[in-house]
Amino acid sequence: MSLDILDQFHDPVLCKSVLERLRATLDGKPLRFMEVCGTHTVAIFRSGLRSILPKEIVHLSGPGCPVCVTHEAEINAFLDLAEKPGVIVATFGDLMRVPGSKGRTLKAAQADGARVAVVYSPPDALKLAAENPDATVVFLGVGFETTAPGVAASVKMAKAQGLANYRVLSFHKLVPPALDALLSDPDTDIDAFIMPGHVSAIIGLAPYRPVAERYGKAAAIAGFEPLDILQALLFLAECKKGGRAEVVNLYRRVVRDEGNAKARAMLAEVFRPADALWRGIGEIPGSGLELADEYAAFDAKRSFGIEIKDCPPLPGCKCGEVLKGKMAPNLCPLFGKACTPAKPVGPCMVSTEGSCAAYYKYQV
Amino acid sequence: MSDKVLLDYGSGGKASQRLIGELFLRHFDNPELRRMNDGAVLSVSGRIAVSTDTFTVDPVFFPGGDIGRLAVHGTVNDVAMMGAVPRYLTCGFLIEEGLEMAMLERIVESLGAAAREAGVWVVTGDTKVVPKGAADKIFINTTGIGEVIVDPAPAGDRARPGDAILINGTLGDHGLAILSTRQGLAFETPVLSDCASLNRPIEALLRGLPDVHVLRDPTRGGLATTLNEIAVASAATCEIEEDLIPVRPEVRGGCSLLGLDPLYLANEGKFLCIVPGDQAEAALAIMRADPLCAGARKIGEVVPAEAGQPGRVLLKTGLGGKRLLGMLEGEQLPRIC
Repeated sequence: MSLDILDQFHDPVLCKSVLERLRATLDGKPLRFMEVCGTHTVAIFRSGLRSILPKEIVHLSGPGCPVCVTHEAEINAFLDLAEKPGVIVATFGDLMRVPGSKGRTLKAAQADGARVAVVYSPPDALKLAAENPDATVVFLGVGFETTAPGVAASVKMAKAQGLANYRVLSFHKLVPPALDALLSDPDTDIDAFIMPGHVSAIIGLAPYRPVAERYGKAAAIAGFEPLDILQALLFLAECKKGGRAEVVNLYRRVVRDEGNAKARAMLAEVFRPADALWRGIGEIPGSGLELADEYAAFDAKRSFGIEIKDCPPLPGCKCGEVLKGKMAPNLCPLFGKACTPAKPVGPCMVSTEGSCAAYYKYQV
Repeated sequence: MSDKVLLDYGSGGKASQRLIGELFLRHFDNPELRRMNDGAVLSVSGRIAVSTDTFTVDPVFFPGGDIGRLAVHGTVNDVAMMGAVPRYLTCGFLIEEGLEMAMLERIVESLGAAAREAGVWVVTGDTKVVPKGAADKIFINTTGIGEVIVDPAPAGDRARPGDAILINGTLGDHGLAILSTRQGLAFETPVLSDCASLNRPIEALLRGLPDVHVLRDPTRGGLATTLNEIAVASAATCEIEEDLIPVRPEVRGGCSLLGLDPLYLANEGKFLCIVPGDQAEAALAIMRADPLCAGARKIGEVVPAEAGQPGRVLLKTGLGGKRLLGMLEGEQLPRIC
């Protein structure tokens, strides 16, 4: 997409006019909205949008940052793996600084001699496997429906190429089961949702229908530019005012209503749904992906006998409350004191896309 | 000489002598170096500024420059930022055994040319060769010596409310040039490093405008980190405007692709200049007379720190919102999606 077109999506004049309409629609009544995507979290802070939103709007960040929702037990599992001789861990950069128990990180493991490679895409990890036949290259599969198809494709390619030293440690998570878990909690106080743009490009509109039909909340799939977000907020405010619960796709330049069937087919072939642990939340049935039996040879969990067991959350950490929209980041007693980006306690402070980290980093 | 650098070349024996005579002396030639003493005896006047830096870059040759050029620009610029005119450089090479001699020659030639362009002499040096694997190709240390020409000299703690914050051109070029080369990314418009010696425009600025409060080159950590250092040291708030900060469209595009922020990317030919607000136009006029500062502009101002707040940097966004522009924890890392 040309940069010129994108420019229009943060045009101050256009944004201001939508902001005025939003203010008029709200009419003094609060709108508690949640976004479920770390990229949205950061976009709302970085653009300065948060500081100019009408005061009636309450911005909550949900479990939408793939690093944040990666469970402690999962983090410890890949840190253990990195220490194994003969293993090269291939990962996206985000995971390098995520601390496991006792403050261990991939970065520290690397300094101690572990073989860790930051890659930009799963094919890079395949290349690494081909170049290092003496080692087992394990790609850390962390991310939502957006990231998983690329990982699935790499597994298929590994099979086709007969690459016997490539593995995937799948900690992928699925957004719709998490929304269901969030909304079925009677304490949840959310009026409406902004749905993730990239995830929606894969799954389409249909998986969000229960949000409106079962739980009576409006939802808008939105892009990441300020104008995208403002238009979504205007739609959600209009829904609330009119007492309507609708799901709409406002990111048509990227997302088709039906999503990407080819990518979903790829996911269905290589993975199967599994129960998964979410950091700060706990186990959500059917919310993860594990490798299908046909691709078991590429499954790091099976190859290395990795089992993920729930463990108690860190004392004092309120990330679970923050991820569910029940507490603002700066109201957590640890925020900015015991818990900072330099020494994160909880998941929301760990990743650059976490809500606590964004709050710490950008909030004036 | 052999076609690869051998351990012998760092031994201090005949091989070392050949390397010095046939390579370093040839490309760095000046009267002081020619005397071939253990060190150099220099004539300088008044107060002197000294700065040292060690250079390691992967790849060694990158679009727009190489480690040899960088080793001159980096140190010359650090000396210039102290309110000084750089005069001399020392130069230490740490070379990995087996480095192609042709590659070393290209680097040395490039370093010599950059020094000549900047008007500084390489007056003394050192070479060590370490076993293969003990270093990555080549590391270079340079120390620069310059004569301070203003009093008081510019310093990081001298930013005052009412001062204007100026920059001499686009941000993030060097960082993105390096990262995109490392990742094998090819952009439609290639991004070149901005690496350059800034001593001439700095000297013109200092001579034309004696009360420059702060001069800093936003190298590692980029504009955001440098401004934070200044804000903290001066106990003031630096307020800059997003729309005024010059970033090339191709750098912006590349950053968006890699999940990076150009305001945190390294620059090697840029300087921040903080002057009293009423002297901003005069400073910009002097800067713009130099081709390295053709894009000079004001990007913000210094305001008093709010009560109870330490010095910090605020960014006024294009939408009219305000947010913190903080310091990074470590290097920027590419993200998952």
